[in-house]
Amino acid sequence: MIQFGLSGITHGSVYAIVAIGFNIIYNTTGIINFAQGEFVILGAMIAITLAGVLPLPAAIALAVAATMLLGGLLELVFIRPVRHAPVLRLIVITIGLSILMREGMLHVWDEKVRALPVFTGTDTSTVTIAGAHISTQALWVLGACGVIVAALTLFFRRTTTGRAMRACADDRMAARLCGIPERWMVTLSFVLSAGIGALAGCVISPITQTQYDMGSSLAIKGFTVAVLGGLGNSMAAVAAGLLLGLLEVFTISQLPVAYEEAVSIVVLLLVLVCRPTGLFARPAAGAARAA
Amino acid sequence: MRLGRYVPVLIAAAAAVGLQQALAWREATHYLTQITMAAYYALVVIGLCLLMGYAGQVSLGHAGFFAIGGYTSAVLTTYNLMAWRDTPLIAAGRRLGLVLQRQDLYGADILSFSPWVALLIALLAAALIAVLIGLPILRLRGHYLAMATLGFGLIIDRIVLGTPLFGQADGISNVPPFGLFAGLEVNGRAMFRVSNYYIATALVLGAMVLAINLVHSRVGRALRSIHQNEEAAHSLGIDIYRYKLAVFVLSAVLAAAGGVFLTHYNASIGPSEATVMKSVRYVAIVAIGGMANLWGALVMGVVLNFLSLRGVFGTYDDAVFGLILVAIMVLAPEGLLRPSTWRRMMSQVRQTMSRRDFRKPAPSPAAPPPVEAKVHRE
Repeated sequence: MIQFGLSGITHGSVYAIVAIGFNIIYNTTGIINFAQGEFVILGAMIAITLAGVLPLPAAIALAVAATMLLGGLLELVFIRPVRHAPVLRLIVITIGLSILMREGMLHVWDEKVRALPVFTGTDTSTVTIAGAHISTQALWVLGACGVIVAALTLFFRRTTTGRAMRACADDRMAARLCGIPERWMVTLSFVLSAGIGALAGCVISPITQTQYDMGSSLAIKGFTVAVLGGLGNSMAAVAAGLLLGLLEVFTISQLPVAYEEAVSIVVLLLVLVCRPTGLFARPAAGAARAA
Repeated sequence: MRLGRYVPVLIAAAAAVGLQQALAWREATHYLTQITMAAYYALVVIGLCLLMGYAGQVSLGHAGFFAIGGYTSAVLTTYNLMAWRDTPLIAAGRRLGLVLQRQDLYGADILSFSPWVALLIALLAAALIAVLIGLPILRLRGHYLAMATLGFGLIIDRIVLGTPLFGQADGISNVPPFGLFAGLEVNGRAMFRVSNYYIATALVLGAMVLAINLVHSRVGRALRSIHQNEEAAHSLGIDIYRYKLAVFVLSAVLAAAGGVFLTHYNASIGPSEATVMKSVRYVAIVAIGGMANLWGALVMGVVLNFLSLRGVFGTYDDAVFGLILVAIMVLAPEGLLRPSTWRRMMSQVRQTMSRRDFRKPAPSPAAPPPVEAKVHRE
């Protein structure tokens, strides 16, 4: 039982990180970046390649930096010129970008399933907590998730740049009037969410492995989590991520693995239909934001 | 004037005949096979064009409806009912011609539903599923709708891949030809090539007439008003939800029809028809055709699917469609086949040229760039 729970929390924390990536971009732009899942896979792919020649920490750092660079570039080239276009158009652009990234990865790295080596110990090393065995890599995932959430919280609450980004999320026009370079905040949000996506890809790679086309299923799970927590609410996303992770693990223990994805989609549809403001939002607050 | 809208249909019919004659003259009729297949895909595109272009509702799950049509028909026309041959229901079906007996490649008897019955059930199934899915998700907008339809597409994809009845990764093969009437049949064999080209053309043009009539009717105007401003449409007494649902169901049925006919034509269907990438491809085609542009969507649907089926894009097949999506949406959101797009491009070219020409005065700053204007409005 605890064993399942720990595994669910591990997967759930990755979904939470993907969801936070969605939230960061949604907050500054009001759009959902369908290429978020591809950032995760791309980060892992670059790290796997670099790990062949560099020590692991350096490979991961470089992979995250490269993905951040690409995230910023994509925003500058494809999103900035059409930022004020209708949502439908922006969605379609990010869908197109996700396909281009996926196909690009297919041509650079082929279809093989790869994985980073585990960060510490061996594939089989485990830690025993309350009678359940948890692999050390799972601890790395949980740690990374915790660090990311803590760092983002500090960034958004304590630094001037972070506060400026929050100001843009609240009221773009007012933020601009206060002299905040709103356009660069959007670019920064793409850089940030590409970066945390890539980091998530690296820490989860030893557990789930990495293939060029895994991005879309990660994206839909991340989106489910983001909606479950209420779009734009990163703290709630963590809780929702863990919830979905647990739900998934317990379903797989009862049903065939093929239905794993169906769980999150059913959850997504249920939330969208019954409570689109998310589980944790007070309905009044959600309505005010939607208005 | 009222009949004026059908002139393009006649032109298209004439062009289709001309194309066939030209290919026959050049002895290149083998191209007709891929054109026929592309035409069946174009049925999906026409429906999606109504939904996306006119009603403004995105769907990333239309390959799901195509697969529902194709797979339903494939299962019903290949599933062997021999074991129930003597039950009263099947016996009655045989007498009425609803259940047909034939022999497979090895001479074994197969008793299965007639393709007409299968077509009817497939379309009804698609409509029913579209209603069930549409009722909840069409209340959503923007990203929520996009993700919900994407989720629907993924579920269909997983069901097809995971269910033994649907052949899992192998799909369903040996689907019999679809005998229509007067000796015409939907059949992919070479000797039926020309007649099938015309069957597909007739179906597509029929769908076009239906779509054109719809667009020019009260319903079409209601859909466009929903696209432009839902609240305003609602305040004018338009039941936006009902209209959205109706066009969603119609586009699903068209997609399913494409699936049914293509499955009979190819004599098989595989899980690749249900992937999300296929859905995205249909969206890309509608986008490059110019969203609310039925003819643009039709032409692009036939041309791009033809090129893709010929293997022109090689291993970059999906990448090409992704690139098209991004490029069109960033540079020419009105689509490639719009006069306004060309005018804008020409004026941009002219501006660039005149900037290079130092003797001319700089263009007057009377008209600020449109992007800036939008920024201020917000």
